[in-house]
Amino acid sequence: MLAVAVGLVGGAALMAVYGYDFVKAYRALFLGAFGDFSGFLETLAFATPLIMTGLTFAIGMRSGLFNIGAEGQMYMGAIGAVFVGGMLNLPPIIHLIFATVFGMLAGAIWSLPAALLKISRGVHEVVSTIMLNWIAFWLVTYLITYHVADPARAERAVPAQETARYLVIGASLTTVFILVIAFSLIAYFLLWRTTLGYELRVVGHNQEAARYAGINISKTMMTSFFLGGLAAGLAGVSQVLGRPPHWTVFATMGNLINIGFEGIGVALVGRNHPIGIIFASIFYGGLLHGGRFMEFEAGVASEIVRAINGIIILALAIPAALDLVKKIFPRKNRGETG
Amino acid sequence: MKPYRLRVLWLLIGFVAVAATIYAMSFFGLKPTRLIEFALLALTPLAFAAVGECINEKSGQINIGIEGIFLISAVAGVFWAEVFESGLLGLLMGGVFGALIGGILGLLNVYGRAEQVIAGMGLNILAIGLFQYLLMAIWAFPGIHIFPRTLVVPRISIPLIGEELAVSPISLAAIAAAFAAYLLLNKTLLGIRLRAAGEKPESVDVAGHSVYRVRIFASMVGGFLAGVGGAFMPLGWFGGLVKEITAGRGFIALAAVVFSGLNPLTALAATFIFGFAEGLAFAVVVTPAVKEAVPFHFIMMLPYIVTVAVLALFPSTRRFPKALGKPYVRE
Repeated sequence: MLAVAVGLVGGAALMAVYGYDFVKAYRALFLGAFGDFSGFLETLAFATPLIMTGLTFAIGMRSGLFNIGAEGQMYMGAIGAVFVGGMLNLPPIIHLIFATVFGMLAGAIWSLPAALLKISRGVHEVVSTIMLNWIAFWLVTYLITYHVADPARAERAVPAQETARYLVIGASLTTVFILVIAFSLIAYFLLWRTTLGYELRVVGHNQEAARYAGINISKTMMTSFFLGGLAAGLAGVSQVLGRPPHWTVFATMGNLINIGFEGIGVALVGRNHPIGIIFASIFYGGLLHGGRFMEFEAGVASEIVRAINGIIILALAIPAALDLVKKIFPRKNRGETG
Repeated sequence: MKPYRLRVLWLLIGFVAVAATIYAMSFFGLKPTRLIEFALLALTPLAFAAVGECINEKSGQINIGIEGIFLISAVAGVFWAEVFESGLLGLLMGGVFGALIGGILGLLNVYGRAEQVIAGMGLNILAIGLFQYLLMAIWAFPGIHIFPRTLVVPRISIPLIGEELAVSPISLAAIAAAFAAYLLLNKTLLGIRLRAAGEKPESVDVAGHSVYRVRIFASMVGGFLAGVGGAFMPLGWFGGLVKEITAGRGFIALAAVVFSGLNPLTALAATFIFGFAEGLAFAVVVTPAVKEAVPFHFIMMLPYIVTVAVLALFPSTRRFPKALGKPYVRE
């Protein structure tokens, strides 16, 4: 919570420097995001993919990997969903399931090169995942331009067919949100209630100890990347099969870019815990949705929301800051968890 | 053969491959000099950042926020270049802002005992947002800013095997920086202190020097060089700002650092290979004969594929500083 406050204050300072009215901006932001019911549904729609990309990063962190490849894996998930959801003709429910699973697998498969390179060649995942993100970017823009372009509108891919769309709940929110929540709960169960999850966390906590305990580290790393890839794939799927009004990807990928990176902030605020991530995503989804009102009413570029996210992450990286606050306000902070 | 010697051998093979590619490309009507010009431009930001990060990591810190420094210093550089009406001063101010960010990171590392990898990623994400926000706030136009051509640092002409090569003096400065960093780390007292801060911080303390100050200094130097590299992209190369201007180069520089085992000269050689891959991509994209055969999307992947491939083929065998990434707490 402290870090979030630091982020918001930092954002206010940035706005003040350039002479924007930050009180008005924040008012517009929070009223737009949480002020009425349809606004809140829209916020949830923005939160949906973040929950998944946040989970990708969290699963990595829990097993000692700094997996920042959610971005590229999400692109692959989205293009996978476009292929099956937009290009094939299948009966209603089967179509939806097939497109979802295909997209998720596409995301998971895209995470494997990073896993294999890490295990067999010791290539650090920070570099390999970023490189894979860019390779995915060019691969997907190529596919959209040459193979799955919408004949009616060349600047985007074919939209998902009616049979492959999630039902609209209200505003831009669809039932894919429920699937995403379910996936988070399953991830929680996997990580904390199964042997596999236990092994994963032991490797993340202390690799030496895990080796002595006879845990197969390569296997857990593969599992971690694969699970993360599934989640990131679902994030991409949710933007195609579960996001009106376009139900597709633009050739510039404007509706996908950065969702993967935003997940990192969400995961850290949610303390790398699936349930925490859900709430952090809703908060951040609110910033994203409300940022548009801020831009409209106070003239502040909505991208500042991303800067705020970055400041929050920076603040979260500094454990000493929390110690310092505890030292200065010993009583006030006793009940809070930071 | 020692692993390190082997690495140098492989680098030589890499250069032979580069030469062969240049030769092969000449059949597509691509002049070798053009290719080298492109490669040198692409090398510049990578080399600055990689050399800076070598110094930073030697002192026991890790900064994965180079991409973020690139973005912020690119904006800062262009802003000040317009204020001073001088591209060179803009580059310098880019460096100053880089040093400022490096200094802040150093403070966070030292006094905040930060999780350095997370802080670096925070910086990257902050920069993505800040870049676009600043573009709006300063120039009131979203996502792109073009400035007068006169602000671009002019290139100088160097004769090479009977041809004229247009090279930015800043590229030469980047190469010089690598040699300077090598001398700093290996031949000066400060260099010994820097390396000690990374290997055995206690020893620096015992010798009566502040580990904190050494590390903050290293982080500032690293930031300064990355900042100059970041400002070079608009002011010495592209002639404009777009939000995708860095395109993962901060991480390619990081890959060069990992490859080099923290030797600035090896890092320079690695950035030449990566820069060449990028230069090749740029050169090929504008060559009609190739453009028709292969969609440019695949050519654009080239630098990233080369980077991963190089790291995969030559896993890091050199030892990194013992205290890398670990905060030092005085007892």
